[in-house]
Amino acid sequence: MSLNIEQIRKDFPILARETQPGTRVVYLDSTATSQKPLLVIEAMNDFYRRSNANIHRGVHTLAEESTAMYEGAREKIAKFVNAASSRQIIYTRNTTEAINLVAYSWARANLKAGDLVILTEMEHHSNLVPWHMLQAERGIELEFIPVTEDGLLDLDVYRTLLTRGPKLVSFTHMSNVLGTINPAAEVIRLAHEAGALTLVDGAQSVPHLPVDVQALDADFLAFSAHKMCGPTGIGALYGKADLLEAMPPFLGGGDMIREVKLRSFRPNSLPHKFEAGTPAIAEAVGFGAAVDYLSQLGMDAVAAHEHAITEYALERLEEIPGVKVFGPSAEKKGGVAAFTLEGVHPHDVAQILDQDGIAVRAGHHCAQPLHEKFNIPATSRASFYIYNTKDEVDLLVNGIYKVKEMFG
Amino acid sequence: MDDLYREVIIEHYKNPSYRGYLDPHDISFADNNPLCGDHIQVDLRVDENGIVTDARFDGHGCAISQASADLLMETVIGKPVEEVKQLNKQDVLDMLGIDLGPVRLKCALLSLKVLKAGVYGLGEASDALVE
Repeated sequence: MSLNIEQIRKDFPILARETQPGTRVVYLDSTATSQKPLLVIEAMNDFYRRSNANIHRGVHTLAEESTAMYEGAREKIAKFVNAASSRQIIYTRNTTEAINLVAYSWARANLKAGDLVILTEMEHHSNLVPWHMLQAERGIELEFIPVTEDGLLDLDVYRTLLTRGPKLVSFTHMSNVLGTINPAAEVIRLAHEAGALTLVDGAQSVPHLPVDVQALDADFLAFSAHKMCGPTGIGALYGKADLLEAMPPFLGGGDMIREVKLRSFRPNSLPHKFEAGTPAIAEAVGFGAAVDYLSQLGMDAVAAHEHAITEYALERLEEIPGVKVFGPSAEKKGGVAAFTLEGVHPHDVAQILDQDGIAVRAGHHCAQPLHEKFNIPATSRASFYIYNTKDEVDLLVNGIYKVKEMFG
Repeated sequence: MDDLYREVIIEHYKNPSYRGYLDPHDISFADNNPLCGDHIQVDLRVDENGIVTDARFDGHGCAISQASADLLMETVIGKPVEEVKQLNKQDVLDMLGIDLGPVRLKCALLSLKVLKAGVYGLGEASDALVE
């Protein structure tokens, strides 16, 4: 079933906003953060208006209600990525914190000097820096699956790297710059054959594609609510139960304990073992509402809509003289078009587009090594989601022609 | 907002008068804008009286960062180093003749931060130098 975009647009109050007088915002920056439907905003408001209390300890009605809402959202999120149990969904602040949780808890308990972790050249800084830090602390080794000229992972080199017996392969499911949708199931299968575990950075894939952790056989999956119609400040780590059970706690404090003595503690069971302190309760409720919203649209329909928009956008952008779009062709990528315009810095492109209410991002998009690989300091990036239309792509293209004229 | 791309800025961006290097030089420093990776290098010649006799910049970045660097070189030539040390954010905005939001302000001020880190002999072009 295809999406009714006109109806969807009405669900997002911000899309009626005029960022320039008389011009409705054309929001093409969902890869950075998505907009939020009214249903999510209302779910969080209702929580604060009706149910707010701290979770898990209270016995009064409000505490019971808050706990049920917080845990109910976890169930929805588990179902959304097809986790076998909601115990396997750990709330974090975002994808970055989920990756750091694995780097601090699993990796520090299991990796020693000389152990190999494989990453890729297209990683976001959030899946590079935690491993750089571990390298400095523990002396682990890092290797990178190269990115080919057309923006794909070089799986031949990957196979060679796997012969060195890596302990972990941590990679992005979908690049936030190139848009490349990586063959996650194959990357994971090959890693498992070589005896390595896998961590999938799902920050871009979970919001835009159907993601099934059991079908992928992923050991860990990290993702953020705010890129999938939910609020900022909350994300999740999925993990295989036996791995999570064996991992030491990450942060210490309230709620993550079973028992505390003056000189010792026993950790709580999953998932609470990893959730110290009062969590982002209203945000969890919003996350659950976001998952409801996307589930009701259907992730196959979401992916199909974005594919159609991306195909059209690439076709229109590539016809502009001086524009170069990075990454693979439309069938291998999600709704991201990072491009350069000859002779004009991406900052200037973004600023002039903003004049017409068109919101794109300019910079290295937290993927500096990838930009270095392609020998460019920065790109402009337009990205698409469920509420974007082909008309908006046309506005973008007209805007780029205007930039060319100003710098002509 | 079209003001942001006043003709003078586009002109300095496309045809800078002070792009290049000085060899020999008395002061040379380079740094990046961590937000966008823009890069500026500044070379200065200073005579025995402490007067800047020549200045050049090189690097890559947006029109705002490159034009402000060019305008800044024009401004500092002939000035005593002690006066260069006093230049701040407002001086750059006056040169450009525009108002800027917080993100683009970083672009505009990069060259001044690099210049001041150079004349003060510091290791890093920090924000505090131009406040």
